[in-house]
Amino acid sequence: MTSALSKVYFFLIGLFMALPMIVVAGVSVNAKQTLAFPPKGFSLSWYGEIFLNPEWRNALLASLTLAILSAALAVAIALPLAWFLWRRIAPWANIFQLLGVAPFTLPPVITALGLLTFWATTGFYGQPWTAVVSHAIFFVTLPLVTLSLGFTAIDRSLVEAAATMGADDKTIFRTVVLPLILPYIVSGYAFAFVLSLNEYIVAYMTVGFIMETLPIKIFNALRYGYTPTMASVTILFVVTAAVIFSLVARFGDLPKLLGAMSSDDT
Amino acid sequence: MRRETPQRLADYGPLFFPAMMLIVFFVVPFATMIAVSFFQRQQGGFYVPAFELSNYQRFLSLFFANVLGFSLMLAIAVAICCVVLAIPFTYLLTRMARKVQIIWLVALLSVLSLSEVIIGFAWSTLFSRTAGITNLLVMAGLMSEAKALLPSFGAVLTGMVYQAFPYTVLVLYPALVRLDPTLTEAARTLGASPIKAFFTVVVPALRNTITATLIMVFIFALGSYLLPQLLGRPQHWTLSVLITDQAIYQSNMPFAAAMAVFLVLVTLGLVALTVIAGRKGEAA
Repeated sequence: MTSALSKVYFFLIGLFMALPMIVVAGVSVNAKQTLAFPPKGFSLSWYGEIFLNPEWRNALLASLTLAILSAALAVAIALPLAWFLWRRIAPWANIFQLLGVAPFTLPPVITALGLLTFWATTGFYGQPWTAVVSHAIFFVTLPLVTLSLGFTAIDRSLVEAAATMGADDKTIFRTVVLPLILPYIVSGYAFAFVLSLNEYIVAYMTVGFIMETLPIKIFNALRYGYTPTMASVTILFVVTAAVIFSLVARFGDLPKLLGAMSSDDT
Repeated sequence: MRRETPQRLADYGPLFFPAMMLIVFFVVPFATMIAVSFFQRQQGGFYVPAFELSNYQRFLSLFFANVLGFSLMLAIAVAICCVVLAIPFTYLLTRMARKVQIIWLVALLSVLSLSEVIIGFAWSTLFSRTAGITNLLVMAGLMSEAKALLPSFGAVLTGMVYQAFPYTVLVLYPALVRLDPTLTEAARTLGASPIKAFFTVVVPALRNTITATLIMVFIFALGSYLLPQLLGRPQHWTLSVLITDQAIYQSNMPFAAAMAVFLVLVTLGLVALTVIAGRKGEAA
């Protein structure tokens, strides 16, 4: 494809991806509580509203708490599993790999409904911690995939050398494996964190009646009355995601995480 | 350290916590949902254990056939649009400098991680009368008056393509980035234009990848539960929307569960069919 044509094509795709965010950013700086674009007047007060209005602040705190805890639990489930699959020959254990990938691959409504019936049947429905467990299971796929990738990248002769010198499994894990796998733990955590922050349906079906996370709050605002705070929260989310993924790219090898070969080979 | 088969019971130790969590909080809930799909609904949103097929019998209606047909048609349309747009895009992206690739990947990941609520809100703003894209056209003198572009099928399709496009690129990326560049170079040396080389060499070499991507995007689109509701009319509701609606607003858990089981079966069935068809195609 000629380069001029490909530039036009990239520009159009970029515009398609950016356009909704440009309009939402415009709406978020309206001076008055109107849904207008181009904005009428200029005000950043809707950004302040996220932190000053107790309803939005509580939703923000609920979302952050949920994302921090559930991403940690997802990594805690994925790390020993990925390590075991790398360390041992146990073909039947691959079934757990499959189980770990399934919740994210199936339509989300199915995982959400399964968890809703489960929490309702066991009588824990509505407890805040059920949302943490639910999100951890829903997003366990992300650290599992990054960690599996990370383990295959470890040179087994390093580990063998440590074993020959008399180190046991625990010592090897702490001194050799963990430092090598750390970037993948961080990126797996980051992916799960950002997606949990944005997740709506699982959170809504598990704790939607008791508490509001930011996506639930936005959805309720969408149904029951417009406020430009929705737009400012949206921009906050996009910026947060972009910053976190940029950090992952800055300190790790993003193309490799997404399936390309490492930069040394290319 | 070579990989070894576990020798002592303690060697299985690390597996215990992940296995327990996945069984208790994924396999058991899945089974609970299947069980509830046979339960009997009581007034007021509760249900009692029973073995009823009536939840499934409700599928045998024209209304349900229409919803299912529309859901499948919409998901296929989204998958085709995304793959057609994403193949040339991803191909060109993988040929760019690594730094440029990273910028695009960060942008795509940021859009991909957006909640459907946010995507729905953003597009409903973009298609609205007061703050929509038509205002820009009015400013440019191309239209005389701003108007709302939703609810409409076009709005649903656009929103869902927007949501699925970054996913499509990321699914295609590993295969395209590993594609041997000498393939196209050879075609170019033999005198093919870049566009001809792309369609006669790159696309055929990726036939299996393209089929796999179409299936994955199709499943992804089937899962969209809010966009048809926010951007479309009731006749644009999909199976996922209907499940959410029954579970939350109609409080009919058994029926919602039956539909969810059905959705899983349809998804798995279509995947199996496509895989079988792909194998036959290769053998021929």
